[in-house]
Amino acid sequence: MLNIEIDGKATQVAPGTSVIEAAIALDIYIPHFCYHKKLSIAANCRMCLVEVEKAPKPLPACATPVTEGMKVHTASPLAVGAQKGVMEFLLINHPLDCPICDQGGECQLQDLAVGYGASASRYLEAKRVVFHKDLGPLISAEEMTRCIQCTRCIRFSQEIGGYMEFGMINRGEHAEIVSFVGKTIDSELSGNTIDLCPVGALTSKPFRFTARTWELSRRKSVSPHDSLGSNLVVQVKGDRVMRVLPLENEAINECWISDKDRFSYDALNGPERLRTPRIRQGGQWQDVDWPTALDFVVQGLSDIVARHGAPALGALVSPHATLEEAALAARLVRGLGSDNIDSRLRQSDFRGDAHAAGIPWLGMPVAEVSTLERVLVVGSFLRKDHPLVAQRLRQVARKGTVVSMLHSVDDDWLIKVAHKSIVAPSALVSSLAGVVVAAAAARGVAAPAAFAGIAPTVAEKAIAEAFTEGKRAAIFLGNYAVQHADFAQLHAAAQALAQITGATLGFLTEAANSVGAQLAGAVPQAGGMNAAAMLAEPRKAYLVLHAEADYDFARPQAARAAFRNAELTVVLTPFAQGLDDADVLLPVSPFTETAGSFVNCEGRLQDFHGVVKPAGDTRPGWKVLRVLGTLLKLPGFDAEAATDVRALVTSGAADLMAKLDNGTRLALSAPVAAPVDAGQGPGTPAERVADVPIYFADPLVRRSRPLALTVDSRPPTARMHASLLATLGVKDGGEVRVRQGGGEAVLTATADAAVPPGVLRLAAAHPSTSHLDGLSGPVTLERA
Amino acid sequence: MNAPSEFLDYGPDAVLMAGLTGSNWRLKDYEARGGYEALRRILAEKTPPEDIIAEMKKSALRGRGGAGFPTGLKWSFMPKNYVGDKYVVCNSDEGEPGTFKDRDILRYNPHAVIEGMAIGAYAMRANRGYNYIHGEIWDTYLRCEEAVEEAYAAGLLGANILGSDFSFHLYNHHGFGAYICGEETALLESIEGKKGQPRFKPPFPASFGVYGKPTTINNTETFAAAAWIARHGGEAFLNLGRPNNGGTKIFSVSGDVARPGNFEVKLGTPFATLLEMAGGMRDGRPLKACIPGGSSMPVLPGEIMLQTDMDYDSIAKAGSMLGSGAVIVMNDTRCMVRSLLRLSYFYFEESCGQCTPCREGTGWLWRMVHRIEHGEGRMEDLDVLNSVSDNIIGRTICALGDAAAMPVKSFIKHFRDEFAYHIEHKRCLVDPYV
Repeated sequence: MLNIEIDGKATQVAPGTSVIEAAIALDIYIPHFCYHKKLSIAANCRMCLVEVEKAPKPLPACATPVTEGMKVHTASPLAVGAQKGVMEFLLINHPLDCPICDQGGECQLQDLAVGYGASASRYLEAKRVVFHKDLGPLISAEEMTRCIQCTRCIRFSQEIGGYMEFGMINRGEHAEIVSFVGKTIDSELSGNTIDLCPVGALTSKPFRFTARTWELSRRKSVSPHDSLGSNLVVQVKGDRVMRVLPLENEAINECWISDKDRFSYDALNGPERLRTPRIRQGGQWQDVDWPTALDFVVQGLSDIVARHGAPALGALVSPHATLEEAALAARLVRGLGSDNIDSRLRQSDFRGDAHAAGIPWLGMPVAEVSTLERVLVVGSFLRKDHPLVAQRLRQVARKGTVVSMLHSVDDDWLIKVAHKSIVAPSALVSSLAGVVVAAAAARGVAAPAAFAGIAPTVAEKAIAEAFTEGKRAAIFLGNYAVQHADFAQLHAAAQALAQITGATLGFLTEAANSVGAQLAGAVPQAGGMNAAAMLAEPRKAYLVLHAEADYDFARPQAARAAFRNAELTVVLTPFAQGLDDADVLLPVSPFTETAGSFVNCEGRLQDFHGVVKPAGDTRPGWKVLRVLGTLLKLPGFDAEAATDVRALVTSGAADLMAKLDNGTRLALSAPVAAPVDAGQGPGTPAERVADVPIYFADPLVRRSRPLALTVDSRPPTARMHASLLATLGVKDGGEVRVRQGGGEAVLTATADAAVPPGVLRLAAAHPSTSHLDGLSGPVTLERA
Repeated sequence: MNAPSEFLDYGPDAVLMAGLTGSNWRLKDYEARGGYEALRRILAEKTPPEDIIAEMKKSALRGRGGAGFPTGLKWSFMPKNYVGDKYVVCNSDEGEPGTFKDRDILRYNPHAVIEGMAIGAYAMRANRGYNYIHGEIWDTYLRCEEAVEEAYAAGLLGANILGSDFSFHLYNHHGFGAYICGEETALLESIEGKKGQPRFKPPFPASFGVYGKPTTINNTETFAAAAWIARHGGEAFLNLGRPNNGGTKIFSVSGDVARPGNFEVKLGTPFATLLEMAGGMRDGRPLKACIPGGSSMPVLPGEIMLQTDMDYDSIAKAGSMLGSGAVIVMNDTRCMVRSLLRLSYFYFEESCGQCTPCREGTGWLWRMVHRIEHGEGRMEDLDVLNSVSDNIIGRTICALGDAAAMPVKSFIKHFRDEFAYHIEHKRCLVDPYV
């Protein structure tokens, strides 16, 4: 430790600490613009110049490492003189258009100009003008003249986002921030540059000019999207959510949020909100009041249970529903006598259920991801499914962590991936088995008998051998692995690998409340039907919570048909959806209008309050379910607050963590490749790999209008290897007919070298592909 | 590049540039002048690297690029036991207005630089080198390519040089004419293929240089002198000049002299002598002012210059700096406002834009001088010019900010009356000289 003194306060800091970090630790504020604790040091704004005794000139606090005995003065005449000099330079070419600037009131330059700027300018010359840039639908760069060239956006895109989307062209006064020639900013983390920009150069396009910061109330919340559970500040004006910003939580999202978290709020105020209960009678939808709607549901459910027995009822709960909603839905269904409830809507292989040791979870705290030395990610569209977990891995990979990938497409995670095994879906289990065999050989232990005769490939060996060094190791199963047709065996093989290598086995988990929904009992517990079975053997009545038949199920076709043919399908949703299939639509609150909680991938229960009043006649989902339970005269529906419901589920963190376990008792079996051609109709057979595009993943985000304009929201194309295109006789960009399970779709074909031969990569959760049968399995392709 | 047939006259004291005709630049010619003897001897005798560095220190050779840092000391900063590549970089990005000495060295005596770099690499246990040549002298770059090829062919570069266990791979690299790329860390960035912008220091190149490897950067003339020192000894070099100012120095004399050009003189030679070598003042007009070390150094009035000797310490004592040795001579017809306008515009255009004081300040300075020159100045502007300069000096990442501000301060300090006249009368004090 080094002894230093800042403004007369003595302290001890570790070698390598910068002066500004030491000052922050002492609660001494040094003015700065380019410095940011999560970004590399640029030392270009020069605002943090301080006086260091024995140094001939003022030094930038951000870039000056402390030395033993150093004495720093942050507010001496020399330091303040230098800071004021820099402030004058920053302001001479700044337009000073604060009254019409969206950043006004929350602008670092404005704030610091109060302290360090002069009230009049000595600058009489013409000011610089910088042209506006089109950076896409999310970030506005209309007033680039305001830019002070701090390069935070550049460093963010390169270091956190993973590739250089921003850059600076030209020299000197002509220097300006641009995106790559003619391109928009497409990163799934791009919105953070708006927060980082210390001036009003980069502003939020959807939010611009809609409110002033001082008009907004700031309310804490939790992201309802991916499994991280990013902490949010939801900013509200009246009863309207105006924007969403990150709430710093070093253990979870650090100071970032993904664009999905940031811009999905648009859907909350969108035209598709369902504002009154609706009932379909005689094929016509009618708006009704709550008593009528609830009475209709109670009558219908009672009647069906009476006529067909309780197992005729099934409940399908979105993993984006709150813990409370899932808990009461489970209580309701079980109260009526049915165990048919599931929240794993996109999963197709449930053969492992009987052997599972507990609820799958990350296997470690999120923050621990940043300390891993060896990581294998199996089956994940990591960057789009888990943007901020990917970001953590990106950071550690840069510092030497060996990240490997086992997947069915060579997806670009913008992470330095050391070893890859990219195989068709049907070969995924055998490739993981190859890694297991190679790991056993590397450790000098016997390979599992079921994998006898498997010869690891070079890539599989490399993945396995990476685990021989490095202490903290993990194997993560991604959403694609969980949705895989042979998930149970993948799970068992991954467990075998974890046991051999000493790595921790973890699940990235799909959604904000994937863990919480299972904890709340939204999975069959007493031999009830799982999500796939409920659709394969249609029920007479369905209770659907927050899910959409077209987009949220492994087999959208089957979901639609089941809902349509059921005698009663009740959908609790914030949006007018499922109009062709449902019988009752009950408007329930999105996360901003209800109290609730989500349990994230690391098993952390995070509760939140409603931040605005429910829109129209919308009611919090847990309250609707409570009333339904009461009307059905079921016991245990007397909770008066969301916290009461929570208490029914878990007594606290210790109880919760005890239920999480990634173990499986399923015996390993020799990998069997599923036949590729399974009679899907005429054409060339192929295997489908489906990702769930980031901005179609849940009902809220898929209705955000700004996000719908992004590159990630473009209609999916049928991506395949050039050799498959050649077989089909289709040119890159030509049209191809895809058949799956009796459904078909005509799509643009694109050549994609990242897709293995014989594989079709075609996204799910999109209108253009929702008529195909499933997320995986055989398809046939034909020139259209 | 037509080789002049006559003898190139760098003056009677020339050692680095002695005996050059313009066409005797090839390897065989250099060897005939005794070139590569030092390298051969070092490799044959396995001279301890420390001895070479000690010799450099003894010579009192100071960096010829502008900062005048003692070369031997710089070489001793390279980590000795580093595992991996270490680099030696020659800064031939001669961009300072008024400076044109390195070009002559590279086109008439390129092997001196190559030998100097090889010896430097040996002394610092480096194995790779770059010679960064600015983009405007393409023919010189091509000549250096030829010279390096010759050296490789003769086994003087590459793996196991002359059968020893010393390997040194040298590459020429050309820039595209950005002045900032002459700043050593911007030069490293440029070599790496990035935008030429200086890095903040620390870390210094000796610990984190090109591609993050230990790197030492020296000026072209420094390396040429190093080769000479290795051959003749540090003592001999020191004795050419003065204590703490060893050796000869090539001065690029330009401006209002009868015979502008490069002159290699012993450090400590009186300015008057140098001026005489350059043929004296053109048309016999009086010497009004002189910038003794390249455009970024403070200007000095003629009367002070005539009392000054040409070495680092004497010029510093007179109030300027020796810099790169570009002597810009101005006679009594030169308008100092207009001269400063030219300089200010140069630094405004060449600022890289990375850090605030330089990016914003150079434009401000230029615009104010421009206003004064064009009859729109105010008397307060002179104080603002001074104060803006003060806000730039010492506040920037690299020395370009200082380079832009120091001329402004010195022009106003020494020729304030001329600026005041311009502001008051909206025209020049002096008659324009055709």
